[in-house]
Amino acid sequence: MIGQDGRVAIVIDCVGQLCPLPVIALGRHIERVAVGEVVELRADDPAAKVDVAAWCRMRSQELVSAEDGTFLIRRLV
Amino acid sequence: MPPAGPAETRAPGTPGSAAEQDGLRGFFDAVGGGPLHPLAAQALQVGYDAGSTGVWADPRALHGRGRHARRLADGAREAIAGVLGVRPDEVRLTGSGDVARRTAVVGLAAARHRAGSRVVTSAVEQAAVLDAAGEAGQAVAVAVDERGHLDLDAFTAAVLGGTACAAVQHTNREVGTVQDLAAVAAVCGEARVPLVVDLAAAPGRLPVRDVPGDVLVADARTWGGPALGVLVVRTGTRWTEPPGLSDAPVPVQVAAATALAAAEQERATAAPRWQAWTELLRDGLAAVPDTVVAGDPDPAGRAPGLLAASFLYVDGEDLVGRLDVGGFAVASGSACTSEERAPSHVLAAMGVLTQGNVRVSMGRWTTEADVRALLAAVGPAVAAIRERAGVAGL
Repeated sequence: MIGQDGRVAIVIDCVGQLCPLPVIALGRHIERVAVGEVVELRADDPAAKVDVAAWCRMRSQELVSAEDGTFLIRRLV
Repeated sequence: MPPAGPAETRAPGTPGSAAEQDGLRGFFDAVGGGPLHPLAAQALQVGYDAGSTGVWADPRALHGRGRHARRLADGAREAIAGVLGVRPDEVRLTGSGDVARRTAVVGLAAARHRAGSRVVTSAVEQAAVLDAAGEAGQAVAVAVDERGHLDLDAFTAAVLGGTACAAVQHTNREVGTVQDLAAVAAVCGEARVPLVVDLAAAPGRLPVRDVPGDVLVADARTWGGPALGVLVVRTGTRWTEPPGLSDAPVPVQVAAATALAAAEQERATAAPRWQAWTELLRDGLAAVPDTVVAGDPDPAGRAPGLLAASFLYVDGEDLVGRLDVGGFAVASGSACTSEERAPSHVLAAMGVLTQGNVRVSMGRWTTEADVRALLAAVGPAVAAIRERAGVAGL
């Protein structure tokens, strides 16, 4: 696992999955990385853009970037 | 003569008559398409009846029945103009709310093509306004904050230079957020940009007299009328009528005006009740774990009887279906409930969670018992869906 330096520790591939599955996957896998490490979530569902950001606020995690269906989320808590 | 049948104990227009309450128990999708106001249904039926004096006749005809229809159409326009505080000759009553929305934007942009091609809207306008902005020119959708209020600084910057017209709604039909139209109109006045105001969900819920705006639009279905669009072009506004704009049939005009007058009268008693029940629902739903209640927490910033809430890790289609089985009809802004499989553009613009979304809108038939029953049903439905998905504790 790579992580403290900001590189991606795990990749979750949710391409083709509809809401709310990508966010559920994020909730399920976030604890697999240490605090400070980054999860990469791939999701092409149109709702993911809004809902991943909303999940990060609700769970006090950091949305590092969101581009072209690739979301980088840093675990803060 | 035998005595007449049992007398109606309540006038048809009484808010929440027992029969209406019974027939519409659990129906919380008023803005999606509510039933006709009983008085509007009556007016519509009488209007099309061959025995009536000619409400159905062509109001442009020169014969007696035509003249009668003309007088009724004039009366309908006067009644609607009176509620809105505008002049009757400024009012057109056309086919649908969406026709009025499109016509308002396209007509203003056409008259202002020398000024520029930009059409500035809020990002939370209804689809017909957003589509018309793109059709009429270069559409610019200005952001809203997380409560749905327009970013006035961004709006001010957007309307400067090369703008044909702007369009901002009064009250959002999904989340109930009310825009600061006095401020919006002041910005437009300063920039000399004509403004379309879509009354949207406001009529029957909030005062709609003397609303600012150069062109006003409204949808009669919002207040229990039949499909009809109100288009008000204020005197002195440069506006080019797009070809093919036609008037609604006279019985429809009469029914829409009758319903608006009734809804406006009933608002005095209905709106405070809806307001209280909206607070009850907002507080109750917020107590369900991992819930986002959308819109302005301050009741002054939103309309009574409209509410949207989203539940984390929940499938919106599943939630709507379970509530339906339980006897509750609610709408949803979740992607899985839309034909395009896209989430509500209103929730997206506000940055509000879109999954597990329900939209509640109350009508004249809604009772407190109904609201409490809905509230009691949502929590267990959400919990059951989460348990089945195995997301407890995530």
